Amino acid sequence: MRPLSADPRYPRAPAVGPRSHVQMAAPQKKAPKMRRAAPSRLAFRLERLWLTPFVRLVTRIGVPVFCVTLGLGLWLGDSGRRADLVERYEIVKAQIQNRPEFRISELTVDGASAEVEDAVRALLPVGLPASRFAIDLDAYRAAIRRLDAVENVALMVQSGGALEVRVTERVPVILWRTATGIEMLDTTGHRTASLTRRDARPDLPLIAGYGADKAVAEALAILAAAKPILPRARGLVRVGERRWDLVLDRDQRILLPEENPVRAVQRTLALDSVEDLLSRDFTRLDLRNETRPTIRLSEAALTALHEIKGLTPAKASHD
Amino acid sequence: MTEFHRTQRAMRTMRTAAMSRGVIALLDIGTSKVSCLVLRFDPPEPANDTVIPLYRQSAMRVVGAKTICSQGVRFGEIDAMVETERAIRTVVQAAQKMANTRVDHVIACFAGGDPRSYGLAGEVEVAGSHVDEQDVARVLAACDLPDIGMGREVLHAHPVNFALDHRSGLGDPRGHVGGVLATDMHMLTVDAAAVQNIIYCIRRCDLELAGIASSAYVAGLSALVEDEQELGAACIDMGGGATGVSIFLKKHMIFADAVRMGGDTVTRDIAAGLQVPMAMAERIKTFHGGVYATGMDDREMIELSANSGDWEKDRRTVSRTELIGIMRPRVEEILEEVRARLDAAGFDYLPSQQIVLTGGASQIPGLDMLAAKILGQNVRLGRPMRVQGMPEAARGPGFSAMVGLALFAACPQDEWWDFEIPVERMGGRSFRRAVRWFRDNW
Repeated sequence: MRPLSADPRYPRAPAVGPRSHVQMAAPQKKAPKMRRAAPSRLAFRLERLWLTPFVRLVTRIGVPVFCVTLGLGLWLGDSGRRADLVERYEIVKAQIQNRPEFRISELTVDGASAEVEDAVRALLPVGLPASRFAIDLDAYRAAIRRLDAVENVALMVQSGGALEVRVTERVPVILWRTATGIEMLDTTGHRTASLTRRDARPDLPLIAGYGADKAVAEALAILAAAKPILPRARGLVRVGERRWDLVLDRDQRILLPEENPVRAVQRTLALDSVEDLLSRDFTRLDLRNETRPTIRLSEAALTALHEIKGLTPAKASHD
Repeated sequence: MTEFHRTQRAMRTMRTAAMSRGVIALLDIGTSKVSCLVLRFDPPEPANDTVIPLYRQSAMRVVGAKTICSQGVRFGEIDAMVETERAIRTVVQAAQKMANTRVDHVIACFAGGDPRSYGLAGEVEVAGSHVDEQDVARVLAACDLPDIGMGREVLHAHPVNFALDHRSGLGDPRGHVGGVLATDMHMLTVDAAAVQNIIYCIRRCDLELAGIASSAYVAGLSALVEDEQELGAACIDMGGGATGVSIFLKKHMIFADAVRMGGDTVTRDIAAGLQVPMAMAERIKTFHGGVYATGMDDREMIELSANSGDWEKDRRTVSRTELIGIMRPRVEEILEEVRARLDAAGFDYLPSQQIVLTGGASQIPGLDMLAAKILGQNVRLGRPMRVQGMPEAARGPGFSAMVGLALFAACPQDEWWDFEIPVERMGGRSFRRAVRWFRDNW
């Protein structure tokens, strides 16, 4: 079959077979031409290698990271060198911490009584003067707060190297007599201090009974309501951890209800003002049942009552 | 033949690998310039995208481009291997540097190698009731191979047309019902040594060849618009050392040829006629060249400076008319040669007589008027279609082969080696043959 194309106009030289590459690549004796600078085979290969993403990644990140890690590892491999490094670090740290800017030379305590101030000073873990970094202020503050007499405390490092401790003390409002002694309580019922004698604080009312410290607020309300009879009152007794007894002199007791004891006290005062109740001779005034106040007379009064009613001959009792 | 078939299949596999990697280099080895493009293929658009990419060039993007002056290439064939290899290395390195990535796969095109077209026809009986892949493979194998001569290789082999019984013009016969399947195939052969030289040069640069194409074909792909490819047109790619001729019909190339003359031949004529160096001649041609002289051109004097040392020789002037007088006969000769090739191919019998001039030498002013006189009235100058990221300097007609190569890389037309191999010729794969026998008979 003939090709579609026309026969060549000018006969060409007979086709030679595929020439070998060695002949092709042989240097040709040509006039040296001005040619642009072509990259050598090595440069070409290196450039291609450099353009490979993996190689770039390894060279730019892998090799520096490896070198730094290797160097550090080799340098720190020696234990003496490592210890030396740690020691120098400690020295520098101590130098910075011991600078005069960080020194605390005195401790001032505000708003504390003498005993509390002594305790606060005794709680300071280090002797002054000391570096600020040597005192764990949080722990120190917690230790102060653990004191019973302290309600709140603020620590401040003042300029000039003073550590200021501002203490808010608990104010005792009531005395609590227990089997072991007398405790002073604040309005929340927290202990502030112990007393050996009741006479030491005659201005404070007295409460007693197991669990009385948990109801200090109620006790204070009752005492405030019972102000007119306070000269006669000896104190409040907590009964069964639920209600109060108001103890008067002459062995008289007012048994207050669990609910609303203040109103019961006011009622008592009203009865007293009308009927002069409290000057009567009784031992118990039972107000626990609001609808049925009950009174228990003393033995002498009971006898006298019986005599008046004629139930018992007057002489018989005396015999 | 089978060896080359296998080589082409291997190149197709390599092209698929390059596409999956996303980067491929294109190399146009021309007589006057060697240019390289680095293409990046974006991953396909998400399926819910309403805008369907209609154009073939939309999926790719030029990320690196470089063009240098060619060395060691004559008539579109490699003449001096070492110099060509050096030029390829230079241009690939520069394009890689611009793309900032490494490229391993290269698709190359060249103009020379004395391309010759053959029309092949084959006919077989369809085995089953429907045409399937094996029938297509058998009909392609049934085309009798002409005597292409010693030392020649098949560069392209496109099945242009399928005919089933009396119906012709089928693009895809699979699934059709019919009795006799026939095909027309266009085959382009080139000089084997030219191909081997290119393969050798590219191997020496540590690159893998993922495809090879004739520049006449790829220039037609990019310079002809779709209607021209469908209705029939000829693309004249006027390069430096060779002028490629390709005829397209129904979106397929049906003829290709090359004239071993081009812009460099004109430059040589100028250099010989005016006795100036080649670089000077090229410069004069580019700035003052033309093919139609007017009265004004008599007064336009061109200074011919040379550095021979002879004052009389270095201070000559020549009028533009004289320059045109040198250029025009050579351009006419090229176009007449092209006319002869087109006549031999039977271009006159085509329904459409459109002729598109492209390539670097088509920028001579007045060339379209001259071509209209010689080739026919329907002549236009073609420029390559636009590709995303192409440098502005590489958008002229000199780069239509380059752009066509990009299209060729992105979505190549099916060639012979893209189809299945007929079972009868699959030697050694007895297991698959047995499986096939079972499937057919049970």
